Amino acid sequence: MQYKPPLQIFIFLSLIHVGNFSLAAGITAGAMLSNSCSACHGTDGKSPGAIPGIYGKSADFISQALTDFRNGSRKSTVMGRHAKGYTDEEIKLIADYFSSL
Amino acid sequence: MNTLNRRKFIKLIGHTGAALTVMSALPSCSKTSARVVVVGGGFGGATCAKYLNKFDPNLSITLIEPALKFTTCPFSNAVLGGMRELSSITHGYGVHEKRGINIIHAMVTGIDASNKKVTLDTGKTINYDRLVLSPGIDFKWDAIEGMQASDALTIPHAWQGGNQTALLSNQLKNMRNGGVVVIAPPGNPFRCPPGPYERASLIAHYLKQHKPESKILILDAKEKFSKQPLFMQGWQQRYSGMIEWVSGNSGGRIERIDVKNRTLHSEMGEKYTADVINYIPPQKAGAIAHTAGLVNNDGWCPVNQRTFESTMQPDIYIIGDASIAGKMPKSGFAANSQGKVCAAAIVSAINGFKMPEPSYVNTCYSLVAPDYGISVAAVYRYNKDKGIYKVKGSGGVSPKDADAEFRKLEARYAAGWYDSITFDTFG
Repeated sequence: MQYKPPLQIFIFLSLIHVGNFSLAAGITAGAMLSNSCSACHGTDGKSPGAIPGIYGKSADFISQALTDFRNGSRKSTVMGRHAKGYTDEEIKLIADYFSSL
Repeated sequence: MNTLNRRKFIKLIGHTGAALTVMSALPSCSKTSARVVVVGGGFGGATCAKYLNKFDPNLSITLIEPALKFTTCPFSNAVLGGMRELSSITHGYGVHEKRGINIIHAMVTGIDASNKKVTLDTGKTINYDRLVLSPGIDFKWDAIEGMQASDALTIPHAWQGGNQTALLSNQLKNMRNGGVVVIAPPGNPFRCPPGPYERASLIAHYLKQHKPESKILILDAKEKFSKQPLFMQGWQQRYSGMIEWVSGNSGGRIERIDVKNRTLHSEMGEKYTADVINYIPPQKAGAIAHTAGLVNNDGWCPVNQRTFESTMQPDIYIIGDASIAGKMPKSGFAANSQGKVCAAAIVSAINGFKMPEPSYVNTCYSLVAPDYGISVAAVYRYNKDKGIYKVKGSGGVSPKDADAEFRKLEARYAAGWYDSITFDTFG
């Protein structure tokens, strides 16, 4: 029987971190906050339709957009109303979460 | 890597002795084969099953839903308005199956909470470690005289998607020009608070094109309704004189329906005869919640609003319209949001992790016309004293003074929302 440690170690390490769940730490606060965005922006921010996607955007971009929506400097239909529900710290958690996907 | 489940993991590395060493070095791995059974494949249940799998791919998840395909209530008013086909709002469970979620098409007829098993109408029983119920609504048919469940074939409620939507749609198509359509919404709380008024709007959109002499009469049990100023403004702009709303105290509250003569009698003695009646009965939690003894005196399910675990039975969770969820409305969006929080609560409990503080969102788009959308939104949090509460300063309705471009953009986003939430729930 041939022994192939590199592959096993790779799979093992991959399992420790599967997106928003890690066997070491559980579900993160960032995942909890961000998952509520996906009803409009699609799972993991991958929007299949007319609503802009979040997936693939940088943390800076997301953070700036939410901050600007919140203070009204960026016009929106509904995002201003949503962004007002989050603190600076929560915006950072959301931005970091989506940019890590 | 999200799709790499435990079986595949073992298969990949299982041919070496190292596999056992790796598995035993990680005690939390062996904990995650817990059996979670989810009953009800709508916005709550299908979302919960998907996110349970996403949070912990090693769980053994079973989703039990009688229908092979699920036809949504959201956008069913667009079917009545002639803007969509039913097939475009119907979704299957193929993607869930591909994820390794076990799908059973059957009706749950009983829950044995002490032995932790559910019984199906096929006679089969299924054991669970945690049970999630997302049974939606059932109707209080005894709320008025003259109507019973079987009369819904003549007087459709169309408040559950699918055949009921098709029935009402056909009645509208067969109605004469100059006919009267009555929509009779219930008092609070009920599924989809803005729904009856979006329905009036999109039926008016259909009638305006095909039967312009017709009228819509809303006989309401309530004194006010969701997004009322915005709806009324839209009706004035688009359907002037076509839609009349009668509040409960002005004769809108119905106490009897004469099904044969299509006549409604209000508690104040008024009589309304209609060509098409859409009576939406008062509601309660879906039948299985009653059978299992999980409801309060009002017919809804009290839950710990942080986790959605029943306050009446341990290890049973109730999400969506059937649950009492603080300030959140009964909506598909709310059910989707609750499904994720509940999945996080269950995965955290099973694995012995601290659950992050829950965060919930709701957004309800309504179409006044195909190019005229309005919305209401809010962000919600939980605390022990208030339960689920709206974050101060967040949310609210679309501005009253918005221009046509704004309304058009919200109509576009309404369709985009539908694509996204059905992807997030079924995809």
